[in-house]
Amino acid sequence: MPEHILLRHRDIPEIADLDVYLKHGGFKAFEDVVKNQTPEQVIDTVKAANLRGRGGAGFPAGVKWSFLTPGVFPRYVVANADESEPGTFKDREIMEGNPYQFLEGVAICSYAAQANTAYVYCRGEFWDLAHELEGKIEALYGRGLLGEGIFDSDYSLRIYVHLGAGAYICGEETALLSSMEGNIGQPRLRPPFPAAEGLFAKPTVINNVETLTNLPPIINNGVEWYRSIGTEKSTGPKIFSLSGHVERPGNYELPLGTTFRELIFEHGGGIRDGKAIKGILPAGASAPLLPATDEVLDTPMDYESVPKVGSQLGSASVIVLDETVDIAWMAYKTTSFFKHESCGKCTPCREGTYWMYHILNRIQNGNAESEDIDLLKRVALGIQGKCFCALGEFSITPVIAGIEHFRSDFEALIGDGK
Amino acid sequence: MLVNKYPKEIDRILDKFPPERKRAAALPLLYLAQREYGHVSKEAIREVAGILDVDPTQVGGLVGFYTLLHDKPGGKYRLQVCTDLPCALRGAEEFAEELCDNLRIKMGETTEDGLITVEEVKCLAGCDKAPMFQLQAPDGIHYFENQDIESAMELIEELRQRDDDA
Repeated sequence: MPEHILLRHRDIPEIADLDVYLKHGGFKAFEDVVKNQTPEQVIDTVKAANLRGRGGAGFPAGVKWSFLTPGVFPRYVVANADESEPGTFKDREIMEGNPYQFLEGVAICSYAAQANTAYVYCRGEFWDLAHELEGKIEALYGRGLLGEGIFDSDYSLRIYVHLGAGAYICGEETALLSSMEGNIGQPRLRPPFPAAEGLFAKPTVINNVETLTNLPPIINNGVEWYRSIGTEKSTGPKIFSLSGHVERPGNYELPLGTTFRELIFEHGGGIRDGKAIKGILPAGASAPLLPATDEVLDTPMDYESVPKVGSQLGSASVIVLDETVDIAWMAYKTTSFFKHESCGKCTPCREGTYWMYHILNRIQNGNAESEDIDLLKRVALGIQGKCFCALGEFSITPVIAGIEHFRSDFEALIGDGK
Repeated sequence: MLVNKYPKEIDRILDKFPPERKRAAALPLLYLAQREYGHVSKEAIREVAGILDVDPTQVGGLVGFYTLLHDKPGGKYRLQVCTDLPCALRGAEEFAEELCDNLRIKMGETTEDGLITVEEVKCLAGCDKAPMFQLQAPDGIHYFENQDIESAMELIEELRQRDDDA
């Protein structure tokens, strides 16, 4: 890609300034939809572009919007800025570097959903960022780009920033809604889906920050342009958060379908200190670990190809492990995360992550017996398919894949009690 | 009382939500309470519950659930190091240990002068700039990235100075 479409501050450093953003075509797309298009037209465009949710699930955004219960108002739009997946740090860079494109995306989505109120749910740790964002929003009211009668139409919109207070589960959309309503962040039973009964029991669209940031360029440049980027089914640019044992960790905006090899070795500069690569977690802690075989490295990172080699693209947070990493330790780290973040609502996840953690701790300390590896797998399989939301399902994936591909790492720690 | 001391700020928080849904203001009000009292005491919970017209136990549950809210006093500053997997791959665990050694405390403890509590936390979305930590301070939460022991100790010294001057 010659220029960035999402991380535009990399090309235009001052774009977080409203004047600079406007000078570079900012809010043209919002103006176009408010003045010239019906909400249905916007939804059709987003559907045709096949913009898929960048938060992890990859669900087509336009389709999600079209599920809104007709005729029920008020409606809400909530931007999911609860970015908490280990290894994911893309939404933060968007909101820090290119905040107005994100906010324009929120505005376009709100218009399409016929919502007059939108909330940006930021994880509580993004305290400074959230306060910056409030200032940016304030500037939009000053220019008449938010508020009453936008572009002399009868459309009005207010955007508020809401801070969470530290809980990974609030990235799950129904838990996020519970949290926004002043409750503990636990997921809700679906149906009803948020499009029917979301925030304050009203029809609600929830989309990830990166998803929303894709909207202005789609409106400006059209469906055909957007579909020319990426693959046929996974369209558009994607921000890949690269972390772990690489020379140059960071965010890389690349077309969906770029291979792991290109990301890690070309853009990321390869493995640190000349070591060999051992494994890849393609979606943070939330998808199966992949051994770094040639087949895996040459796999295109899109929603269709990564599952074919046994994992998921998810939020595309690629954690790279070099040859020195003990996979039993890795499983201990990811499990420790999920044990801490399990919301406690359903038993398989709450108890299962607790017991996986204790077995892995035992293995880590050299106090385990060889049966413990199978016991660990049995506990993991006891969680599988029985949880209220995806968190429990996520928790077992690095563990099961870790044992499957690198069992000897676990066995090496058996019985050498310290 | 928060209501007497911050009437405008409380109104501004409540204005963000439909009046019949004012419970949504719980987290922002708890942040306000924590800023005022240093932690969320039982009394503070009752105050917030009063503003929201809900039972104090419902507010208390939030303090237990969310990691940025504290029901017990800690240091004036909570220095929270991410030691999750991506940060750990880049030396965060060793950094955290060295930091505690330098401050002569164990993980989770507070320095003798009551200024700094060091805690381990889960992913903060700063994985490419590890070691990193957030500083939960009376005025908010701030990130410090690409840290080493020297830069962290420098910051702590600065906080000590600021505290002495105050």
